[in-house]
Amino acid sequence: MSIRAQFRLQRGEFVLDVELELPGRGVSALFGASGSGKTTLLRLIAGLERAAGVLEVNGETWQDDAANVFVPTHRRALGYVFQDANLFPHLSVRRNLEYGMKRVPPAMRRVDVARVIDLLGIARLLERKPAHLSGGERQRIAIARALATSPRVLLMDEPLSALDLARKQEILPYLERLHDELEIPVLYVSHAPDEVARLADYIVALDAGRVAAQGPLGETLARLDLPIRLGEDAGVVLEGEIAEIDPAWHLARVAAPGGNLWVRDNGLPVGRAVRVRILARDISLALEAHGDTSILNVLPARVEQVADDTHPALALVKLNADGAPLVARITRRSASKLQLRPGLEVWAQIKAVALVG
Amino acid sequence: MSPEDVLAIWLTLRLAAVTTAILLVIATPLAWWLAHTRSAWKAPVGALVNLPLVLPPTVLGFYLLIGMGPHGPIGHLTESLGVGRLPFTFWGIVVGSVLFSLPFAVQPIQNAFEAVGTRPLEAAATLRAGFLDRFFSVAVPLARPGFLTAIVLAFAHTVGEFGVVLMLGGNIPGETLVVSVAIYNRVEALEYGPAHVLAGSMVAFSFLVLLSLNWLGRRREA
Repeated sequence: MSIRAQFRLQRGEFVLDVELELPGRGVSALFGASGSGKTTLLRLIAGLERAAGVLEVNGETWQDDAANVFVPTHRRALGYVFQDANLFPHLSVRRNLEYGMKRVPPAMRRVDVARVIDLLGIARLLERKPAHLSGGERQRIAIARALATSPRVLLMDEPLSALDLARKQEILPYLERLHDELEIPVLYVSHAPDEVARLADYIVALDAGRVAAQGPLGETLARLDLPIRLGEDAGVVLEGEIAEIDPAWHLARVAAPGGNLWVRDNGLPVGRAVRVRILARDISLALEAHGDTSILNVLPARVEQVADDTHPALALVKLNADGAPLVARITRRSASKLQLRPGLEVWAQIKAVALVG
Repeated sequence: MSPEDVLAIWLTLRLAAVTTAILLVIATPLAWWLAHTRSAWKAPVGALVNLPLVLPPTVLGFYLLIGMGPHGPIGHLTESLGVGRLPFTFWGIVVGSVLFSLPFAVQPIQNAFEAVGTRPLEAAATLRAGFLDRFFSVAVPLARPGFLTAIVLAFAHTVGEFGVVLMLGGNIPGETLVVSVAIYNRVEALEYGPAHVLAGSMVAFSFLVLLSLNWLGRRREA
């Protein structure tokens, strides 16, 4: 199970030239700035646009120009969620959901639509027309509509970008539930690092029509040579599990690779798998462990690499905390003062840990 | 109203209905092509379709008369098919009316298809709908106001037509004698009474058409 794609497209000044091998499960993020070609790539995979190339999805060839194969969009077992939902305005929510489902032979229907409706919380909207829905509701219905066709891959083109922060917060939990409960691989186009940190398992970073980096989320985010400029959003994501709740201080202990992290108790039960995001700007380094500090999370780590950051005053330090990658952003003056170099044992003082799901 | 006038009204309605039906079949694919093509032919084809808007009806009628005559290409074709000659027949004025009203059918449908755009069709394609399927399940319902406008305009324009029919059909009661020509005949014969009845009913009809167009337009906005 995997998705293999190779495309080349020239449109005026813009050149897209990519070769990808994506896992056939989980969420793969196509990440990049606007104009990097990520939406074009998604549309090529859907067959909505054409460029020379080869595309294979879970063993099925959808395009192979050498063999003169091009499966039209409506014969590809895919689901596509557009940036602005793109519901049919003349049909009720129910008829929108049924539109694709009815066109799939009954023997091929593997997704339980009742469960999708429940998962996305849209049961009470079924008789409405799209014009009478909020942006967040529309997007949830668009996701359900795509899933109702039992796709073998779900393509999502910045499904949250047209929504305000509150609507985003409304949808993200649903996306996480899909991620946890459905076995459909997702290609998720986004330019928002927080969405990627929260949802993706695999990341493809696009830059000016080329693949700048690709790999599993954790190690890819920790790479210092990433040509994509995450800027303030540089950081890592660790997968862990809630190990303990401290009701007296309203804190939860997350057992993550690299050590224990105390985070604010969000009411999640012990044993729940979670992701934590640690931004590079929230880690400072010390050569000794200070007992008397307000910082809750201090992990022993070893320096692996020191690299320049975008601003000449700053440096990025890649750390290895008992196998877990961390990235710290400090000033170059501090790096020089502490004589940071690969192999040095330090203490990573983590000022903030965000529980992202 | 005399039996001849009743016959003329009946013929006019029949002509308008047949013309409108044929126009829908021809104008829909033409409007689709004009709305979606990026071909260099778009501008010349569009101009050709709209030519009847600016041409005097007598010019169109004149060329059709020659084309459908015994020495014209259409005449040759219809003779070899065994349907005989078209001028001075009901089907002859149908052909003339279809061409003359073509822009009134194509333009509203084309505008509606352009307003629908490609995005709903892309969504339908990702939901397993093939070309004809998405045309009838998405494009046509969304372009419905355009179709309604096209039907009303094509029908009304055919009812009001005079020059092309006169050039092609002349004056045969029950075959080519439509209301507009009948009014002309009555006035020529100084029969102002019957002319009033026919002309008055045309005024009432046109008023109702414009009223219904307005109503359609308001429904579209709603």
